[in-house]
Amino acid sequence: MYVAVKGGERAIGNAHAWLDEARRGDPALAELDVAQVEQQLGLAVDRVMAEGSCYDRGLAALAVKQARGDLIEAAFLLRAYRTTLARFGASEPVETGAMRIQRRISATYKDLPGGQVLGPTFDYTHRLLDFALAAEREAVAPAPEGVADPAPMPRVTELLAREGLMRRESRSDAEPPDLTRDPLNFPVPRAAWLQALARGDEGFLLGLGYSTQRGYGNSHPFAGEIRMGEVTVEFTPPELGFAIELGEIVLTECQMVNQFAGSKSEPPQFTRGYGLVFGHGERKAMAMALVDRGLRAEELGEPVDAPAQSQEFVLYHCDNVEATGFVEHLKLPHYVDFQSELEKLRSLRQEAGQ
Amino acid sequence: MTEASIEAGYNFGYLDENTKRMIRRALLKAVAVPGYQVPFGSREMPLPYGWGTGGIQVTASIIGADDTLKVIDQGADDTTNAVSIRRFFNRVTGVATTEHTAAATIIQTRHRVPEAKLREGQVLVYQVPMPEPLFRLEPRVAETKRMHALADYGLMHVKLYEDIARHGAATTSYNYPVLVNQRYLMSPSPIPAFDNPKLDRMPALQLFGAGREKRIYAVPPWTEVKSLDFEDHPFQPARADAACVICGARDSYLDELIVDDSGKRHFVCSDTDYCASRPPVQDAAA
Repeated sequence: MYVAVKGGERAIGNAHAWLDEARRGDPALAELDVAQVEQQLGLAVDRVMAEGSCYDRGLAALAVKQARGDLIEAAFLLRAYRTTLARFGASEPVETGAMRIQRRISATYKDLPGGQVLGPTFDYTHRLLDFALAAEREAVAPAPEGVADPAPMPRVTELLAREGLMRRESRSDAEPPDLTRDPLNFPVPRAAWLQALARGDEGFLLGLGYSTQRGYGNSHPFAGEIRMGEVTVEFTPPELGFAIELGEIVLTECQMVNQFAGSKSEPPQFTRGYGLVFGHGERKAMAMALVDRGLRAEELGEPVDAPAQSQEFVLYHCDNVEATGFVEHLKLPHYVDFQSELEKLRSLRQEAGQ
Repeated sequence: MTEASIEAGYNFGYLDENTKRMIRRALLKAVAVPGYQVPFGSREMPLPYGWGTGGIQVTASIIGADDTLKVIDQGADDTTNAVSIRRFFNRVTGVATTEHTAAATIIQTRHRVPEAKLREGQVLVYQVPMPEPLFRLEPRVAETKRMHALADYGLMHVKLYEDIARHGAATTSYNYPVLVNQRYLMSPSPIPAFDNPKLDRMPALQLFGAGREKRIYAVPPWTEVKSLDFEDHPFQPARADAACVICGARDSYLDELIVDDSGKRHFVCSDTDYCASRPPVQDAAA
């Protein structure tokens, strides 16, 4: 008698024991420390914090270690943890204009108040494998330090706005929606889609942003400004009535400057696409800014015909935790559905053959 | 079971009480408007989207210490994901679990309706991947919402008509659309069309949870659930024309097994509890 082999509790337990062993790798090698991940794989940690939408370097590093370096799995772990946390309030809006700058560049002005600050970047490195890194090294010599320019660093888009060339954003003091509490109800306001993009998959947004550069919803972008550094997070406890500082977080902000031909009611002017992500995530911030501008097509009276301009297309598919769950659920048994398809196909073929 | 058996640091049923209350409100609305998809603030669960997070959140919101839970996937209690979900609830609620359909107060299911008739007082919780029955015909949710508001289901009827004109029969074999209470078109979840008649006027409460799509809907007890069809082409549920090799059943839905290299096929009941409740066939080679 054939007994259907279906998984059991023991099989699952054994599989997970194997996973633990595989995660550890060769026991002759030192085990990876969570602090090492946090310090030396910092950009992986940043990406997991951004897509896990939880700013905690230690937990994100733990998630990277637990997920064996699978960053989407790590973001999933962090999100599942995040939902169990009590929510005691919302911070004051952070002021990126007062960012303690580590990096600030503009592609639209050669020089500008505050200057160009390259910061720790891969840009202009030659992508040659550095075999010296494969060997144990002496301590790395500290990078030379200059004197920080005390001048404030106004945002490039603000400089354009003062001249009337940059379209003013409509100001709203309304409570922004929270997409982790309320489902998206289309059409959604920009505050909701920016939230979705900020935690969206870097690869997906990169591809979509790229598509806008290649003619699928052309928006003629210039990288007006990219800045990365620490901002202060403030919170106003209701019992105090004034804001107190909770700490600092690192953010990357990108403001794209895009052409706009104008409409019946508005003169030709620049418009902006906005990207903001946790940590040092420049590629993601830039891609997000391109997609944000794409999603503004309807508001600006432009034709909506490219994927990056469709709210439902972008927002329903940018979340990698949702996407990976549904794509990977195809691994689950589908015997029943498949059986009904088999029977249907056989009967249709039989009828066609008659 | 006592509170002590619950995973330390987690609320009974994993979700916090405010979240449960939010989901219960959505469930009440769903029951009040049978077949209507109620948007809800689906939470991120420790199991992946697409693996039952909607059903899990529904079950977590209605389960109490006195409940007895059964979890099935493809009709079986021992499929890996059913085992995983049952273990999850065991960890976060400590409630009694069972494999017997009749003994359960809550049955969470993926892709099947149990063969045994359910009774009043039982709750059947379906895991739903795509709650929108029209999504293959119209992917824009804003548009399908409008179609539901106007009960504008012509698109689905045309699809059925084209199937019949081209192939002589509806080509949908699972997730076959139903009209609930003569008003809302509803996805019964990817159950085989064979199971559709069981939904009609079922004495048990049927709740449907779609976590990733953030929708809940329901069919209250004794509600009419009609599979879409035409007068001259009535709905025809199908099953393999064979008997279960274990229990000999000819009335249950069957899984097909390929048992040797020449493609020899055996059929067994997909509902393992139903199969085990029947006397085995004497001749093992049947």
